[in-house]
This record gives sequence, C-alpha cells and structure tokens, in this order.
Amino acid sequence: MTLIAFLILFAAVVIGYVLNLRSARAIRAGGVPLHSLAGFHGGYAALMVLIPTFFLIVIWLLFQGTIIELLIKAGLPSGQLDGLGTGQVQLIMAEIRSIASGRIFGQPEQWKIDAAERFLSLRATSGMLLVAATAALAAGLLYYAHSRVTAEFRARQSAEGIVLGLMWTCATVAIFVTIGIVASLLVETIRFFEMVPFWDFVLGTSWEPQIPLREDQIAAKGAFGMVPVFLGTLVIATVAMLVATPIGLLSAIYLHEFASHKVRAVVKPVLEILAGVPTVVYGFFAILVIAPAIRSFGADLGLPIAPNTALAAGSVMGIMLVPFISSFADDALGAVPRSLRDGSLAVGATPAETVLKVLFPAAIPGIVGGILLAVSRAIGETMIVVMAAGLIAKMTINPLDSVTTVTVQIVTLLIGDTAFDSPKTLAAFALGMVLFLMTLVINVAALRIVRKYREIYD
Amino acid sequence: MTDATTDKFDWAAPAFQAGLRKRKRNELWLKGLGLGAISIAFAMLFLLVGSLISTGYHAFTQTHLRIAVEFDPDLVSADAPERGDFRKILTNTMQANFPDVADDRVALRRLTSVLSNGAQFTIRDMVVANPELIGQTVKVNVPVSDPYDQLNKGLIDPETDEANRRLKDDEIANFLQLKEAGYVTKPLNWALLTSADSRFPELAGLKGAIIGSAYALLVCFLLSFPVGIGAAIYLEEFAPKNRVSDLIEININNLAAVPSVVFGLLSLAVFIGWFGMPRSVPFVGGLTLALMTLPTIIIATRAALKAVPPSIREAALGVGASKQQVVFGHVLPLAMPGILTGTIIGLAQALGETAPLLLIGMNAFITSAPSTPFDSSTALPTQIFIWADSPERGFVSRTSAAILVLLTFLIAMNAIAIYLRHKFERKW
Repeated sequence: MTLIAFLILFAAVVIGYVLNLRSARAIRAGGVPLHSLAGFHGGYAALMVLIPTFFLIVIWLLFQGTIIELLIKAGLPSGQLDGLGTGQVQLIMAEIRSIASGRIFGQPEQWKIDAAERFLSLRATSGMLLVAATAALAAGLLYYAHSRVTAEFRARQSAEGIVLGLMWTCATVAIFVTIGIVASLLVETIRFFEMVPFWDFVLGTSWEPQIPLREDQIAAKGAFGMVPVFLGTLVIATVAMLVATPIGLLSAIYLHEFASHKVRAVVKPVLEILAGVPTVVYGFFAILVIAPAIRSFGADLGLPIAPNTALAAGSVMGIMLVPFISSFADDALGAVPRSLRDGSLAVGATPAETVLKVLFPAAIPGIVGGILLAVSRAIGETMIVVMAAGLIAKMTINPLDSVTTVTVQIVTLLIGDTAFDSPKTLAAFALGMVLFLMTLVINVAALRIVRKYREIYD
Repeated sequence: MTDATTDKFDWAAPAFQAGLRKRKRNELWLKGLGLGAISIAFAMLFLLVGSLISTGYHAFTQTHLRIAVEFDPDLVSADAPERGDFRKILTNTMQANFPDVADDRVALRRLTSVLSNGAQFTIRDMVVANPELIGQTVKVNVPVSDPYDQLNKGLIDPETDEANRRLKDDEIANFLQLKEAGYVTKPLNWALLTSADSRFPELAGLKGAIIGSAYALLVCFLLSFPVGIGAAIYLEEFAPKNRVSDLIEININNLAAVPSVVFGLLSLAVFIGWFGMPRSVPFVGGLTLALMTLPTIIIATRAALKAVPPSIREAALGVGASKQQVVFGHVLPLAMPGILTGTIIGLAQALGETAPLLLIGMNAFITSAPSTPFDSSTALPTQIFIWADSPERGFVSRTSAAILVLLTFLIAMNAIAIYLRHKFERKW
C-alpha cells in the first residue's frame, strides 16, 4: 500500500509537470507572451504536488504504527492489561503482532487472536486510507496548480520560493535535531528524577543500578549516585590526555618546524589514518594487546593490576586522540604570523628556541582550544571504554584499578530490555544529559577560545 | 678605532661557546623528542595493524573434513527428509572411519566432536534439496569444530599439559589419524563472507552484518545527502545575516561535536520510544547515522561551494540567470566533486560508528541476513563488538578478520574519495 501511495505521488508529479508545461506552451502558441518560461510552470506544478503529498505520506507512516497500537490496546477486553508493567504490555503487543503475521506458537488465548485480526484489518484500513488520502490530496493540488497557469502568473518566482523554503527547512533540521536531543534527554531525565531524588543522583557516592526483580527479593535497592561514575570518566580521560597531549604536541612541533616537505607529506596522512580507525577497533586492540601487556608488565613488577585497568583504556584512547591534537596544534602554529618567527630567527634564536619561546606562546590559545576539544572527545568516547574498561563504579583515582565511565554505564544500562519506566533505563538518560551538558560546555568554550585567538592575528 | 675592537663581543670565549653548545644540544633534544613522538604514533599504528593481521589471517581459512556420508534409509526417509536422524548418520560415518573406537556413548561423542555442530544441518539441507541421495554414500565437505580448527592451525600446542588443553590426547590422536588419511583440507573460508552469524565460530560469517551495514548506509545517504546539500546551499548562497542563520550555524557546529552515544539516546527515545519504530533494524540505524553525518556533509558542501570562483556566478547572473539558476545550473555542478568527496568521507565515518547502533539494538543475535532495511540485523561494527565479547577462542581470530574486512571497506571508500578529488580537482 505504501508503494502504491508513492507510485501515485510519482505519477501525480509527472502529470502535473506535463499538464502545466503544455498549457503554458498553448498560451505561448496563442501569441500571448508568458511572464515565466513554460518549464517553470511545469516545475511549479510538480513542486506544488510533490511537497505536501510527500509530507502527508511520511507523517502518516510515522504515526500509523503508534495509533494502531493505541486502538488495539483500547479495544482489548477490559482488565487484560490491568496491573501489568510496560514490559509485559509490550510482550503482549509483540505476541499479537506475530499472530497477525502468521507465526503462532502454541495455543494463544481467543482475545489475542481477535486482537490480531483487528490489527490486520486496521492495518489494511490504514493502507487504504493512505492511498485514498494521497490520491485526493494529489488531485486537489494538481487542480489548484493547473488553475494558476496564466500568461501573467509569476511561475519562476513561485517555484523558486518553494525551493528556497525547502532549502530553509533542510537548514533548520540541525536546529530540530538539537531540540530533539535536548527534549528526549530532558523528558526521560525528569521522569528519572521523579523516582530518584536529584541530590542523590548528583552527590551520591555509590552507583549500583540493580533493581530487584521481585518485591521480596533480597537485593540492593539500587543506588544512583553519579560521583564514582564521573570520577572514573575523569581518570580515564586524564590518562588519555597524558598520553595524547605530549605525543600530539611534540609531533606537531616536529612536523611544523623541522620536517621537510617530503616527510610532512608522508607523516601527516599516516597520522590521519589513526584518526580514521573506528573506535570499536581500538577497543578490540586494547583488550587484545594493550591490556595483557600492562597486566604482564605489572605482574613482573609485582603490582596488583585489575583485569581491565583504566590505564589500558585510557592509553589506547590517547593514541586515538594524537592526530586530533597534532593537527590542531599544527594549524595553530601555522597561523602565527611569519614576522614573529622571522624576527626571532633574525636575532639569533635557534629554531627550537623560536618554536618554544615565540611561536608556542603565540599559538597557545589555539592549542588549548584543540586540547579542550580532545578532552570533550575523551569524555564522550564510548566503544573503547565499553570494551576495555570496567563495569563496577569505584571511588578511586588509581589508574591501575578498574573504573567505569558515564558512556559505559549508558550502554550497559540500555543493552538488552528497555522498558521506559524503570529507573535503571531512565538513569541512562540522566547520565546522557550530564554527558551532553559537559561536552557542550567544553565545546563552546573551546570554540570561543579558538575564535577569539584567530581574531588577534587576522 | 682600535678601542672599539677591544669592546667587541668575544665570540671565542669558553663561556659563550659552552652556552652555544648547550643551545644546540637543546635543539637536538627537541628534534629527538619530536621524532620520538612520531615514532610512537607510527609504532602504535603498526602494532594495531600487525596484531590484527597476525590474529586475523587464521580466520581466512577454515579446516574442513572430507568424509563419505552414507544416507542410511533407516535413519532418513524420503517422505520427510527434513526429519531424519542426521546426528546418528554422522556418528555412523565417523565410526566407519574408526572401527577400533569403543562403542560406548562417551567415546563416540568425543569422536564426533571433530565435526562442527552445523554439519548435521549441512547434510540435512543436501538431502532436502535432493532426496535421491537417500541410500547413497556421498563425499561431503563439512567444517570441523573450533578446537580442531585451532589445532590444525597450530594454535593449540599438543606439547602442553593435557589438563590445560581444550583437546585431550585421544582427540588429538583421532584428528591426526583423519589428517593422515587425507580427509582434512584447509580451503579459503568463504563462509566468513557468505553466511550469517552463528554461535559456533566455525560457522559464523559476516553476511548479515555487511548487508545490514549496507542498508543503514543507504538510508543514511538518501537522507543526509539531499538535506545536507539543501542546507549548505541555503546557508552559503541565500541565508540572510540574521539571528536564525546564526542559530543554525551554531547548531551545526555543535552537532558535529556531540558524542555519538547521545545520538543513540536520541533515536532510542524518539524513533523507537515515541514513534514506535522497531528495534534492531537498519532503517532506524540509518536514520541515526544520517543525523550524525549531516554536519559533515554540510561543512564539506559549504567548503566546495565557496571554492567556486565568483566570476562564474557573475557571468551567469550577467546573462540573465536567476539566482537559483546560477546555483543549480552552474555552481552546484562545479562543486559536485568536492561535495561527493566530503560525502564519501562522512559515510566512511558512519560505517565505523558503533555506539548509537548498540543503543538501538543492532547487537542482537540474528542468524539470517536481512532482506529489507526493516528486518532485524546487525551491522559490521556491532558484529565486531559481539564477537569480541564472545568467550570462544575461535571468535578472537574471527573478530580480527571482521575488523580487517571493515578496514578494507573504509580504505576503499577513502581511496574513492581521494581519487575523485585528484581526478576532478580544478585550479581556477
């Protein structure tokens, strides 16, 4: 049915284009000069039909599933869903759907079979309605567009206006995505804070997101204090920055000041490769090579080393960030005016002194901006820590211990079942909110610093 | 005049010479440190690639057993070939090769453990496809199970203490006997690319993941390419200088730096939670990746549009083209190579993204390849994550092999982008 709707749309667009093109040509052939070329009349009709009808189909498809589900739920015999959690309701709905698609396991209750039949008929009705609505809307728009073909009609301006509006809509998608991020995080976070007090989350020092499955189960009640998770994130990010900053800066200085053109042409792309490797690959590298190496090294020294240390995850993350910092620092050094450097060399400073005492201080704001952006990446980086860091939140800053991070907790809380009503799931959104705000603040600060500094020399 | 020369700086003074030497030494130090930093980065890259290749190349071959299977009519009937006792058929086959193994259940089970668990399904499919085989004896190629595969590839050392080994002495002896009889082959492991996921390493392949990734990238491209170009053209050519335009610019720059896991939370809450879209499907994955790729494409497109010289625009305007005719007829076609390059690089990044796909459930265990973008499936990076998490030894080399496959795709995409840039690069 969806396919038929799209075919109708396509046909209507073509028909609209041809009809208006022909009428415009007919007017022209009649000796009356047109305001716009005939092609614009055709294009106007095509756009007029295409855009509203297309959005009708998309919105219909977006909402039909939800609405059908609501209708099915409303139509179930009263009392069947009473007292069930969202997870169980979802299971029942999934069962009804699979009965509807013909995959029947065992002998389902009669009311489920009835619901499945109603589901099928509702879906068929929805499909019919969609086709009918598409056809009606397209026909109406075709008629309207065709009625506007006159010699004076400013078809070019109208068509270009529609295109401009379309492009404006594309540009505002970025705003809507941001709004979507903030809204989705906010809604779930507010629901989380209805179950867990705000200050318990922000200041709590114990993170144990297990929820008892039964009322009488002897288990932790679940503690949602983000401090240890946050601390773990900082430990790993610090290790990463301690690895990435010196290597990145020193290689940038070498490339900028000492390397010949040929060496630069080879080294820069190879460093870029490090930035292009997917993070899941780094994660596997950490557990395959780095973690065992650190463990055996620690065993040789007689140090107690946890199986998934912050050191392993952090150092691999640092390697990932090296090209990021080095390219930022290289750009910043390159943006320092040549006169500063020439002046320094002219009074007899060695190239090393020039770089360290003249160029570097001048480039510091740009470099700091780059390092801040790298910090925000380190905090938001997910796969390396999910694979190589631990799961248990500890109040420790020992990099040889196993710590967990915000991103690890988000992923582990959301893998598997996700009913949107347990604090366990919602906690992930609260952590996501923290992560989003943290990286946003760092990014904005970094971009500010970089921009301000550029203005000094421009 | 002579007085002046005595005031001259004494370049040969030992103190000055020592200072100069120190300064030159510092220079060398800085150079050395810089070179050291670059070498560390290079060494890590080589270690990364080297370790992946050295563990991954094992997975590109798979040990097979070429055995003569007798389809005993007592065990499989022509009426219902899919319900035969194929396990028993395999046991009989193995027993025929090892007449001296005792006829008790434990010994027989240890004997048949050479064969992969999937072997019974392989021969079942053969019989279902061709029921005439019943009653005949056919030579069949079946994969061996993971421990024997490891043994054949030299990854299990028969010299170690028997208690620390996954294969006991008699099992190794059985296998060596098969090998001596010439039944063991080690062909290229095409199953890695042509079969979908499995719990057994010897049967697991990437087909589902590759197709899932392809669908997700297709959806991502279809959405982000037109929207990204539209947004970039608007911002670069038409946007008035006002608050809305500034807001859009700030948003695009911020979105480029939002952690990927946050995009996963967004699509989990909005697409799956609010709109009720199904979990684990490439379509939702593609939607998520499209949101992440959008800023990359917009930024690349704007750079490409900027690079088209104003003279082109002025010439077109001069002969009476409207502003949109100028853009769509002249500027955009000239900027297309740059746009395509940026798009391919953005798609390559999207191909490697893992975290958002994990959150929308594309890490499910699915043993068949998706046939539409709306079927549950995995993607290449999430498949790597699943295999990296699997405890079986055989999955270590599979994971490395899967990473090598992923990196091959990435290198190919980037190579295309570089080729496009060189081929169509134009100096104005």
